[in-house]
Amino acid sequence: MLFLSQLLALIRKELLAILKDPSSRTLLFAPALMQALLFGYGATYDLTHAPFAVLDQSRSAASTEIVARLEGTGVFHRIATLENTSQIAGQIESGDALLVLQFQPDFAAKLAGGAEAPVQVILDGRNSSTAGLASAYVSSIVAGYNADQGATTPLTIVRRAWFNPNFESRWNLMPALIASLSMLQTLMLAALSVAREREQGTFDQLLVTPLTPTQILIGKALPSILVGLLQSTIIFLIIRYWFGIPMNGQVWLMYLGLVTFTTAAVGLGLSISAIALTMQQAMLYTFIVIMPLMLLSGLLTPVQNMPEILQWATYANPLRFGIDLVRRVYLEGATLREVSFDFIPLLAVAAVTLPLAAWLFRHRLS
Amino acid sequence: MTGFTVTAEDLRRTFDDADVGEVVAVDGLSMRVREGELTALVGPDGAGKTTLMRMFAGLLKPQSGRLSVLGIDVAQDPQSVQDRISYMPQRFGLYEDLSVQENLDLYADLHGVPMDQRQERFGRMLEMTDMARFTERPAGKLSGGMKQKLGLACTLVRSPDLLLLDEPSVGVDPLSRRDLWKIVQQLVDDEGLSVIVSTAYMDEAERCAQVFVMDKGRLLADGSPAELTARAKELTFTALPPPGVPARELQARLIDARDLVIDAMPQAGNVRFIKQPDAGDADLRQLLDGIETEARTEELEDAFMMLLRAQDKDAPAGPAPEAANTQRPATDDKPVIVVRDLVRTFGDFTAVASTSFDVARGEIFGLLGPNGAGKTTTFRMLCGLLPATSGHLEVAGRDLRTARAQARARIGYVAQKFALYGNLSIRKNLEFFGGAYGLRGRALKARINEVVAQFDLDPAAQSGQLPAGFKQRLAMATGLLHQPEILFLDEPTSGIDPLARRAFWRTITALAGTGVTIIITTHFMEEAEYCDRIAIQDAGEMLIIGTPKQVRARAGDGAGQTMNDAFIAVVEQHRENSRSRQVAA
Amino acid sequence: MSGSGFASRLVALTRKETRQMLRDRSNLVVGLLLPLVLILLFGYGLSFDVTDARIAVVLEDSSPITLNAVAGLAGTDYLSPIWLHSMPEAEAMIRAGDADAILRVPAEFTANLAQGRGTLQLILNGVDSNTAQTIEGYATGAITNALQHLADRQDTRFTGSGVTVIARTWFNEANNSTWFLVPGLIVLVMTLIGAFLTSLLIAREWERGTLESLFVTPVRPLELVLSKLAPYLIIGAIDLIMCLLAARYLFEVPMRGSLWLVILSSMLYLLVSLGLGLWISGTTRNQFAASQMALLLSFMPAMMLSGFVFDLRNVPAVVQVISQALPATHFMSVIKTLFLAGNYWPTVLRGLVILSLYAALLIWATHRTLAKKLD
Repeated sequence: MLFLSQLLALIRKELLAILKDPSSRTLLFAPALMQALLFGYGATYDLTHAPFAVLDQSRSAASTEIVARLEGTGVFHRIATLENTSQIAGQIESGDALLVLQFQPDFAAKLAGGAEAPVQVILDGRNSSTAGLASAYVSSIVAGYNADQGATTPLTIVRRAWFNPNFESRWNLMPALIASLSMLQTLMLAALSVAREREQGTFDQLLVTPLTPTQILIGKALPSILVGLLQSTIIFLIIRYWFGIPMNGQVWLMYLGLVTFTTAAVGLGLSISAIALTMQQAMLYTFIVIMPLMLLSGLLTPVQNMPEILQWATYANPLRFGIDLVRRVYLEGATLREVSFDFIPLLAVAAVTLPLAAWLFRHRLS
Repeated sequence: MTGFTVTAEDLRRTFDDADVGEVVAVDGLSMRVREGELTALVGPDGAGKTTLMRMFAGLLKPQSGRLSVLGIDVAQDPQSVQDRISYMPQRFGLYEDLSVQENLDLYADLHGVPMDQRQERFGRMLEMTDMARFTERPAGKLSGGMKQKLGLACTLVRSPDLLLLDEPSVGVDPLSRRDLWKIVQQLVDDEGLSVIVSTAYMDEAERCAQVFVMDKGRLLADGSPAELTARAKELTFTALPPPGVPARELQARLIDARDLVIDAMPQAGNVRFIKQPDAGDADLRQLLDGIETEARTEELEDAFMMLLRAQDKDAPAGPAPEAANTQRPATDDKPVIVVRDLVRTFGDFTAVASTSFDVARGEIFGLLGPNGAGKTTTFRMLCGLLPATSGHLEVAGRDLRTARAQARARIGYVAQKFALYGNLSIRKNLEFFGGAYGLRGRALKARINEVVAQFDLDPAAQSGQLPAGFKQRLAMATGLLHQPEILFLDEPTSGIDPLARRAFWRTITALAGTGVTIIITTHFMEEAEYCDRIAIQDAGEMLIIGTPKQVRARAGDGAGQTMNDAFIAVVEQHRENSRSRQVAA
Repeated sequence: MSGSGFASRLVALTRKETRQMLRDRSNLVVGLLLPLVLILLFGYGLSFDVTDARIAVVLEDSSPITLNAVAGLAGTDYLSPIWLHSMPEAEAMIRAGDADAILRVPAEFTANLAQGRGTLQLILNGVDSNTAQTIEGYATGAITNALQHLADRQDTRFTGSGVTVIARTWFNEANNSTWFLVPGLIVLVMTLIGAFLTSLLIAREWERGTLESLFVTPVRPLELVLSKLAPYLIIGAIDLIMCLLAARYLFEVPMRGSLWLVILSSMLYLLVSLGLGLWISGTTRNQFAASQMALLLSFMPAMMLSGFVFDLRNVPAVVQVISQALPATHFMSVIKTLFLAGNYWPTVLRGLVILSLYAALLIWATHRTLAKKLD
């Protein structure tokens, strides 16, 4: 009872210290909101406005039809019609056109003769993933054209995509933001919480009270966890209702995952905080930790594409499993049993960092 | 040349505050400061001294009025002024990661001091500050007093046309303070330097040719120390308490009688006081109740207290705690604090060397010593914040470092610089610390109301924006919220004006009266007079423990000697001895 | 004060900043070690290139033709097939995250194929759309190839007539993602020094009160700004060299433009990045706020909105406008062009002009924040 009432006093103070100031309140929630919106629109691998140029030396019905089909997708839009091959380089080099479609003069003749009639596609490869996508897109449009013209197709591969039928990369990226954006600030908040008190001298004042290290730990961790969950919720709501990405899984399970993940992140932050002597150190250490966590999390590129050694290293990265958990519960509707493995590394990180932080409170002095 | 370094006419400067609105820092102030002299600005917290200094230095623009420094209109052309003056802000910006020499070089380069003059100047500065041995040491590793001396040396790398010093001696021990003044005095004598210094120490103001007394942004009085001192003429006395009555008890009685007595202070076992000019002889005699008094020569401090008291009639003399709350049996004669052979080393540096002492219940125990003497280390070990390297340590029967958490509920702690949560209100701070000590519900509310009333605090005020005096009161209220048996106070009066210090000590003496044990460190040696016993530490060693009287006696020839002199004598004797011992060995 | 006063004060201040930078080890960790870690992580850790994607192959028909057709899946580095016999088993693997795709060969496949209407079913986990689409491409290609070989041997015509696509990717023929990530890394590293190191510099001096003492000397605000830039320009230059060496020798990214232009534009952007950090620092006067601002205004946008991984051609107009306002976006396009496309002057010149304007603007703005006033 006394334990709880002391703890409550500490939690109330920590929350007040975070939320009292209008500017720090803004700093906590506005960036999450802004980034969720901005990255929701900006962070996409999908082709939406792919500019292209055409060099049609065949001037045939077939070439016109193919260009029309390309434009008809709404994904490609023609920005230029070229007259000769020397103009191609300028279009690509300047980055004005993502691709140039070239029909040679004998294109129509070959096609009519039943031979293979090649279309040249020149792509700007400075962004390899866009180039790859655009190339695949053009191929599928051309295949569609062939099929409609009654060309023989001995083999058909029927493709069906689960969980994200239209291959929208936003669907993949945004749920990952629920975990990663909130981690950025919770980690920082936790990392600064003890370092700030040390710098201002209030930590000594705290240590001479009858509060136990466990109480201080819980009192410091809970408010950061709450802020993290609140940020996650803001991002979750934006994704669910603003961007309308359907949620297939259980909300409670996602939150169970988020609580575990945020606790692990806060544990990491508090350990940094307990090691750092000044706020400046705490901030720099946080940056140093955050960068690899973000890069090795599967946020931008899949963990599977990494070399084996790095894949092993990601087991210590709570963000990897936080993102995996949220993505799979949100998009795939995974059950607790299916994602149970993700909890193990998260719990392990929390189980190491939290006691470490508590021990450091009293043993990292002067 | 006009003969005046600074001419101010009707200066006014306000600041916008989010909570309070407009705050007037300097309010229609006019003054003229003569050239080639030492000039002092004195006044309580919030008098506007720092704002004024910053306006002189061209860092703040006055909103109205005219200000000319060295004949230049500062508001128009601050850079020309800054090229010619030197300014030492309250917290001098030393680069803590640079060495002493590198800090000096930087400022010499910035002021464009030619190389040939530089060596001579550095040599002199280092010699005067006694820092020639430490030139390679990072400034951050220096003690507080040394930092301040280095700050002064950095401002004086060249001879300026005007030197501005903003409270140069806050938090500085008596020895360093003496060194600082020696440097300034020497430059005034040798080079005819013009100096303006703001200070809370009256003995420093007394050295100046001209003193300006400020309060709430206005000028209360000005003149030479002698002219100002004359205001207290024939009002100053010393009361001699009968044997067995502690001076601080008599002092408490006198200072509480505000109609009759302006101010009272214990000194050398006696009590010096100033009577109200209109106090009736009969009333005074009744108050003194047969205690003998002698007239004494008035001092600048007396005049200063008179000026301030006249301004500030309603301020509480000193909040006294209700005796009933904290009354404890005084019969228990077991010591509350036992320290035996306490040692603390950091690497190969010995911060505290084999220290032993006891403190009895209800005692006021003062821990004194120069900056870096090991006071704070000793203090932190007692509070359980730092493990001892070796030795035995008991506070209320336990070592707080290893004791269970609840044992800490029996002590109260007021940290240096009053560590409080600056962005929380006073009430929230109290609620938090009360909660941390396990108070809750109605009991907590009742205690908060008590301490708020006792220390005259406004519970809604933001604690980070309080003036130093109020921060100190809040820190005290926080430390006493859970009615501890032992109260630890680390330099609680540093940077606090004399008025607030009187109030503070009134509370302390009242607390001791109810059986609370007080451990306190301070740089104001006259405050040692309030203590039952004091201990002086230097370089980690305990030099002397005893009553203020015994310490003064040990220091040598008795009468008229202040505690400040005694302290310096004790420390210097010790340093002399250990040096000769080293030579012998 | 004469010009020589300016020079000697600048030298003194620069010496001071350099010493401070060198004495605080965390500066060096962030300034030199972190970029090194990033180089390795980016080069090795980040990749869009799918390798060993797990594809569950459900063989409901196991005729020799079928086996031949799917054998092609095992022949590529990109895919790693798992052979199964029932759909529920395969579906469970996708749900458990143990497989990325299912290729189902229906029981009547051989018979249908003989009649020229063979159908295979490919089920993809679409969550990671990039990977899914890549797998689709590889799987389709592998099977079509295998069947082609088969047809060639039996001398039957397999491919139909019609239009074929011959794609040629310029600048990055192998479509290797490292080639476009590594030049972008230079942008990130240059941004990082500004965001994480210089953003603390002025704020720290405000917090520690050292500026007040410095103000009342003959020092001019511009000297303070320049002296704070100098040491970090050197750190940035070292990082640049590390990045270039890694790009050349570790990741073998070609550099088709001029090395001097790469260095010039990188140093110019470094100046912008440091200037932005200093300006944030001088405006906030508070280390915590400065670091948060720097993270939100400088680093995160440079990572997400500069065209580093996400192609700006795909984003809505509003986001376009925001990304065009970022100096990082302009440097990103210059550096990618210089590395992969060559000295394409219109892009390079435009970028250099914009970066120079930013550098001048930020240094001017920072210098304003250091006007010698305390209010």
